[in-house]
Amino acid sequence: MLSDGRIKELREYVASLEHPEEALVDLMHEAQEAYGYLSDEAAEKVAEIADVPVIKVDELATFYNLIFRRPVGRKVIFVCDSISCWVVGMENIFDYLKKRLGIDIGGTTPDGAFTLLPICCIGACHVAPAMMVGDKLYGNLTPESIDEILEKERN
Amino acid sequence: MTPDDVIKTVIDSGLRGRGGAGFPTGKKWSLTDRKTPGPRYFLVNADEMEPGTFKDRFLMERDPHQVIEGLLISGYATEAGKGYIFIRYEYSEAAQALERAIGEAKSAGFIGKDILGSGFSMEISVHRSAGRYECGEETALMNALEGRRANPRSKPPYPASKGFWMRPTTVNNAETVANIPHIIKMGASQWKSLAAYEGGAGTKLYGVSGRVKNPGLFELPTGTPLNEIIETHGGGMRDGHSFKACLPGGASTPIITPDNMDVRMDFDTVSKIGSRMGTGCVTVFDDTCCIVRAMINNIMFFVRESCGWCTPCRDGLPFVYNILQRIEAGVAEMDELAVLEENCETIYPNSFCAFAPGAVDPVRSMMRLFREEVEEHIRLRKCPMNPRPLPLSHERARG
Repeated sequence: MLSDGRIKELREYVASLEHPEEALVDLMHEAQEAYGYLSDEAAEKVAEIADVPVIKVDELATFYNLIFRRPVGRKVIFVCDSISCWVVGMENIFDYLKKRLGIDIGGTTPDGAFTLLPICCIGACHVAPAMMVGDKLYGNLTPESIDEILEKERN
Repeated sequence: MTPDDVIKTVIDSGLRGRGGAGFPTGKKWSLTDRKTPGPRYFLVNADEMEPGTFKDRFLMERDPHQVIEGLLISGYATEAGKGYIFIRYEYSEAAQALERAIGEAKSAGFIGKDILGSGFSMEISVHRSAGRYECGEETALMNALEGRRANPRSKPPYPASKGFWMRPTTVNNAETVANIPHIIKMGASQWKSLAAYEGGAGTKLYGVSGRVKNPGLFELPTGTPLNEIIETHGGGMRDGHSFKACLPGGASTPIITPDNMDVRMDFDTVSKIGSRMGTGCVTVFDDTCCIVRAMINNIMFFVRESCGWCTPCRDGLPFVYNILQRIEAGVAEMDELAVLEENCETIYPNSFCAFAPGAVDPVRSMMRLFREEVEEHIRLRKCPMNPRPLPLSHERARG
């Protein structure tokens, strides 16, 4: 949840901008962080702060890959599925993660810890296959290293 | 130096846009409308999302000041008072490095009002995006910064006269901008002479990834031959495997086969052999890779990332994807190849921006260079190389 104090701060910040719309993506990121995903309530808050119709926020939110309009786990695992990771075994990485987490792509673990999603090239081709857990990058993935990463990130 | 002097120096240097299109940077700057009173904007495109490309990440994480300094000089030349660095959300480390560097430059008096008593003022900020390939298209990038969906705009008006908030705007890739301080410091002719051959210009960040021993990023003279990049710098192929093909500069660049391995990696020379240098980050395939399957993966990226603005791209690319999947699954008939080619040729010239031509170009090159392997799939009714069932789907996995 965004605190009333923070909402007031953000309102003042947005009002100080020549073009308040420039802040929309930042506001969506912050609201998503606060609510876990961009829920209807979070989207309404963003619209209110930026003084735009809520449909404008929804229109933007549904355009971007990293703004979630549905609930996700506490951390999202983004597995790169683009060409440089594919060519060094991305499919096996997905298979292993699916088995290990007991979920399919797009699913969330029952304990709410992880959501598994593909992501397009994350610019880590020199350490492919690669993935991100939240905003942390992991490369040169193997089943062993994935075990360790999941263990570490679960807490 | 006056802004005109800077622009002339950059024109003389021969620097070309490093985002992949290779448009001459100095010429782009000279087109910016500097007569209309400001504000004018300079936007750095750091939304690096071309699959196989990781050069701007290295640059910004490890030497953000190069980009900041380049942006300041670029802003001075185009008389822009406000600069934005548009960076993808996933590059949080790079964004933090840039913000730290901006803070340092500010306290040293290099950013702000009347910089070093020059009368030139510039503010710089970092915009974190939220993930969409189309944001890298310069007019879509402006829409994104304005808080709209990142669909491309029709031209004219051109950004040089009416761009960001309908004001004169220049957009350059992060690597392009990072070259500027060196060009100004060394002078156009000395910087130009850093290239690997007469007529080339400067150095370039080349990347190698895929099935090589030593994937990585290397700053080399522009025009370094492809085989030197792969073998000397990328460590060559993995033991026991041979080079089959590569994408020379990202997922939108046509395939290069062994007979062109000695091609000089610069914009003009690579174009002459029917491909494009693109971002200069090479993705290498070896004898274990099925080319149809590689193209399925490649086109899936474009299907998913298409912004949906125009029909050839939004609806045409899934057709291409479906036919490729049928070929790989062994259920396609020989006459579907003509349909595949017709689809590609229809999409290529009819889409709204450069996204869809880039999407189908590698597929077109596959039909030119690997027709036999494609036909073998249909004759055998299965993939001759990879028995694994297809796990890929073009469904969007997002909220």
